[in-house]
Amino acid sequence: MTGNHQTLALLLFSAFVAVTLGITTWVSRNRRGSAEEFYAGGRLFSPMENGFAIAGDYMSAASFLGISGLIALFGYDGLLYSVGFLVAWLVVLFLVAELVRNCGRFTLADVVASRMSERPVRIAVGTSSVTVSVLYLVAQMVGAGTLVALLLGGTGEAARAWTVIGVGALMVVYVSLGGMRATTWIQIVKAVLLMAGAITLTVLVLMRFHGDFNHLLRTAAERSGHGNAFLAPGLKYGGDWSARLDFISLGLALVLGTAGLPHILSRFYTVPTARAARRSVVWSIGLIGGFYLMTIVLGFGAAAIVGPDAVRRSNAAGNTAVPLLALDLGGGPGSTGGAVLFAVVAAVAFATILAVVAGITLASSASVAHDLYASLRRRRGKPRSEVAVARAAAVGTGAVAIGVGLLARDLNVAFLVGLAFAVAASANLPVLLYSLFWRRFTTRGAVWAVYGGLVPAVALVLLSPVVSGSPESLFPGVDFQYFPLENPGLVSIPLGFLAGWLGTVVSAGEPDEARHAETEVRSLTGAGAV
Amino acid sequence: MQSRNGLPGGSGGGPESSVEWDPWYDALASGWGELDGTGAPAFVAPSVDRGDGVRSGGAVDIYREVQRSAAFQEVRGRYRRFVVPGVAVFFTWYVSYVVTATTAPELMARPVAGAVNVAMLAGLGQFLTTFLFTWAYVRHARLRRDRAALDLRWDTQELTRGVRGAER
Repeated sequence: MTGNHQTLALLLFSAFVAVTLGITTWVSRNRRGSAEEFYAGGRLFSPMENGFAIAGDYMSAASFLGISGLIALFGYDGLLYSVGFLVAWLVVLFLVAELVRNCGRFTLADVVASRMSERPVRIAVGTSSVTVSVLYLVAQMVGAGTLVALLLGGTGEAARAWTVIGVGALMVVYVSLGGMRATTWIQIVKAVLLMAGAITLTVLVLMRFHGDFNHLLRTAAERSGHGNAFLAPGLKYGGDWSARLDFISLGLALVLGTAGLPHILSRFYTVPTARAARRSVVWSIGLIGGFYLMTIVLGFGAAAIVGPDAVRRSNAAGNTAVPLLALDLGGGPGSTGGAVLFAVVAAVAFATILAVVAGITLASSASVAHDLYASLRRRRGKPRSEVAVARAAAVGTGAVAIGVGLLARDLNVAFLVGLAFAVAASANLPVLLYSLFWRRFTTRGAVWAVYGGLVPAVALVLLSPVVSGSPESLFPGVDFQYFPLENPGLVSIPLGFLAGWLGTVVSAGEPDEARHAETEVRSLTGAGAV
Repeated sequence: MQSRNGLPGGSGGGPESSVEWDPWYDALASGWGELDGTGAPAFVAPSVDRGDGVRSGGAVDIYREVQRSAAFQEVRGRYRRFVVPGVAVFFTWYVSYVVTATTAPELMARPVAGAVNVAMLAGLGQFLTTFLFTWAYVRHARLRRDRAALDLRWDTQELTRGVRGAER
């Protein structure tokens, strides 16, 4: 890698950081920090703006570089992955978006607590939301360190450590100073950049093959050395039965987890009505679906143009497939066009990471301040402004993420994103759906549903091959592996639903019919929505 | 509780009720008295609004009343009759796609036209059906649900405002 595109990439990084910091100061001028403003940006975003922000919040670097890299290395199996990320949005659209907008204020716990006794439910849902956020955040931070080091050529320890610290510090600044308004605008800018970058590369790939998708697929299959097997499932997830079950487990976690991700749910509170929430989901489905369709072209394009061997030599996980493709499409190494395109892709990846971590940090600080702090603080302690607590929580979240990110920077944390989705699907989704749709659901059911999904999900991962018992584990030296799958979703999601049902049927008291009536009326009509 | 507010009763002299006073809304009793159908004003307990959705008294009765109304049942029925089969169909279609891809790759590898095989068609089919389901849901909500839900929203808010001042 020459120094040329590194300088350019650094310039573009700096430009993006400057623009986002400018946005942060601009939106936070003359605004008093009300909770409405900090958590929900005043609830006045348009559906289109929110749709772009949702897409910006959702499409992580793992999607942009990871999925196209998977396709470049393993062909069809990468595509299989992206389908789950998209279909998940139907669950959000059909069952969650409008109803959550109608009956919550800032967090997931608001929706559940409106029917139940406040304290235990808030603590449970707050805990699981923070868990999901931290898992997702650490995955992004470690990924950021690896990625930036990879893109800038400096694979040294110091470069990675400083990237983790820098990303963490920036996200804390965005969130604690600018709240939801700054976070949203950063996500919108990122979504526009990401879509523009993806469209440019896709058009260039298709031009290379004269618009002939069939020819592209054939070339990719030939180049891969697998022939037609490259275009069918099985190269990555087709091993023994536990590998296959593992993928089914991951597929379930992806499709059900999105509707339980706290940073996605909190985005619906930034628009004024449920109808606007619905329309923002439509925008985001269009953007996300279009984007994943383009990653298919980029992935097969990288396999056909760069070749899987060259991709694998650069990064074993395939994360550099798209940057290498950009280099080639721009005219090859050493050319100006190649350097420019490479730098653009690197800058877009960096923007992607910053926008995603800012969204998660905000959601996590909302759960800490609005759910946990509000429920756990001592009654006689002097009351603090909730926004001040949320800002402090953002700083705390950032510190934890930087710390864990630094400690884990040499570990293989690719499983963390799948795990975050699995925990969201097992702990957050059951309690949310039961609260919205089940008349007899009780407080005990709610608390059991959360812990009944959260504890098995985390415990099964601790006992799985990602933690111990295999050469790729976090702790390869020891072996306490008793659960064969890397993703716990297949077991923990049903357990979450089961625990919620069980807790409800063994509840002593009658369910509160009146509050169910209120939740149902409010969720479907929007009466009394804030 | 900042003030005790005697609400004017529908047909003379109901129990003096107290609601939380909110300067943004007058505690007008627009129509709330007719709700329980007996002509007597609904009982309004002191409202304890902690700002988090917990409240008691008249507002609760209103929500139950609205829940039992034919208009609300119609909106709920329309929503559920669309969403339940919809979720069942796309979830089954997605799960069978994932299970087939992992357990029967030979079937998925069968060529259809050129380099395009069953797997590619099924994958692109998932994208296509996602867009179609989105379109169908939005169309259904816009044509069959939005108007009625909005009417219910204003009616309900009108009623609850009558008994307990502002929502929050």
